[in-house]
Amino acid sequence: MQYATKKLAEEKVFKDPVHKYIHVQDQVIWDLIATKEFQRLRRIKQLGTTYLVFHGAEHSRFSHSLGVYEIVRRMVDDAFSNRPLWDKRERLVTLCAGLLHDLGHGPFSHAFEHVFDLDHEEFTRAIIMGDTEVHEVLLRVAPDFPQKVSDVIAKTYGNKQVVSLISSQIDADRMDYLQRDAYFTGVSYGHFDMERILRVMRPLQDQIVIKSSGMHAIEDYIMSRYQMYWQVYFHPVSRSAEVILRKTLERAKDLYVEGYTFEFAPTHFYSFFEGDVQLADYIALDESIMLSYFQFWTTENDTILSDLSSRFLNRHLLKFVEVDPATDWEKLVELEKLFEEAGINPKYYLVMDSSSDLPYDFYRPGEEGERVPIYLQMPNKELRELSRSSDIVDAISGKRRTDHKLYYPKDLLDGSNPLHVKIVKSINR
Amino acid sequence: MLEDHAKVVQFMSLAGEVTGRKKLQKMIFIAKKLDFSFQEKYKFHMYGPYSDELTVRIEELCNLGFLEEKMENKGSYSQYCYRATAKGEEFTSIIEEASLALQKTIILMNQQNSRFLELVATLLFFDNLTQKQRIEKVKTVKASLKLTDDELQNAFLFIDNLQQF
Repeated sequence: MQYATKKLAEEKVFKDPVHKYIHVQDQVIWDLIATKEFQRLRRIKQLGTTYLVFHGAEHSRFSHSLGVYEIVRRMVDDAFSNRPLWDKRERLVTLCAGLLHDLGHGPFSHAFEHVFDLDHEEFTRAIIMGDTEVHEVLLRVAPDFPQKVSDVIAKTYGNKQVVSLISSQIDADRMDYLQRDAYFTGVSYGHFDMERILRVMRPLQDQIVIKSSGMHAIEDYIMSRYQMYWQVYFHPVSRSAEVILRKTLERAKDLYVEGYTFEFAPTHFYSFFEGDVQLADYIALDESIMLSYFQFWTTENDTILSDLSSRFLNRHLLKFVEVDPATDWEKLVELEKLFEEAGINPKYYLVMDSSSDLPYDFYRPGEEGERVPIYLQMPNKELRELSRSSDIVDAISGKRRTDHKLYYPKDLLDGSNPLHVKIVKSINR
Repeated sequence: MLEDHAKVVQFMSLAGEVTGRKKLQKMIFIAKKLDFSFQEKYKFHMYGPYSDELTVRIEELCNLGFLEEKMENKGSYSQYCYRATAKGEEFTSIIEEASLALQKTIILMNQQNSRFLELVATLLFFDNLTQKQRIEKVKTVKASLKLTDDELQNAFLFIDNLQQF
């Protein structure tokens, strides 16, 4: 029997808090889950630093990836199986892409990518195409199969329906992470009727659209995305933890470049500091390794590195104030000078964080040709962009909401020092 | 501290006015590919390279009054025009003046239409491939554009021109 179609002797299931069960029937999927690159995802948290605010948010990229796979499986095996415009030959590549779409995430994904100017999607593709166990499994399907899976994840695959299921305004990735993140953070947002959405999704020639009678289920999903962003993903305290994480890594990198001698050589980071990251180095670095270094760095002679790493590990975070750069940008330049005068390095301790510095995912109808919106298929088969039919979506997608926060170490500013008092006054002005 | 914001305002100030979000997205992507220092991350979308971060940054800059956005209703969709405001121009003083190369690049790009810039940006997105592979790939992912050989040749020439600056 061909490996591509080989089924397990008995269906395997993973118990899952969001989908109840995740069903695996294909040998290829089972083998991919067993690879060391996929198992590594157990050591990468789905929500990075959010666990410092919502203590339940310790779930991993591993569970999310299984969840995305399960949603995709239900789409292709159940919802689409008898739809005339769905090509059943795309089943396996879609399942594999759903399972592997987050394979290249690094530790504390966003902050880490920011400091070292990396892109997890590039590493996902590199793992799929490189000398890895995942590549070996995919290659057994067909010589061009790894490239196909990689193309789906890169969104450059010829069949746009397949790409849309993994990555679009309403895809399996978002449907899983909204529900999973809501479950593990314990918030009451993030819930929507996924069963209904799966029933009203319709594959068309080049895209997936929604039957118009399913509009209210989609409204719920869009609202849930909106609330999760402002209540969980953009939480100011979690952003403070992310700022410290970023600054700790930046400090370690700056010290390495300056030739500083570390008490404990950060060998896992060398290629990252040098900007020449090899695939094996990337795969070897996970959150357990990174946090071990943070522990070592708490006793380093460099006071900035030791302070920042202690702050992160002990949740001794930076405070924040809301700022309006439109009126405050000159004040910010002044503040940087005052910090320098006070001997507090502003590069690491005075940080502006804007909403555009965070991964973003609001629904925007946009303009033609900018980004594919969600289309409703009306009874007469006409396609209509969602916000043109839904007042709720129109209301939240038409409103721009952005914010800017200034993070600073309040605890380092001593009330008896006149310069510090001046800084505090300036910050709170 | 707000240098990345200032760079986008400076870009717009040099362009004068940019008509269309798609065009703006592609212009900054192309500038990035030519090694001008823009930090916004791009991914491939249906219409070529696209940056969520740039979308939010533009929204922030409009909210701050550093950019002006005008919306035109085109029936089934809306089109947006952007320009830097006087307040935005003042804000760009926190960064150095743009290089002559960037100025020339922006002017040349802004003279093109968004369909052509979409093609150029997509070719640059696949710059790790050989020319033949790039053409094949672009024809696959942009099948709906029904690209002609002339358009592809012009796009390669355009990239060569930009790289001369």
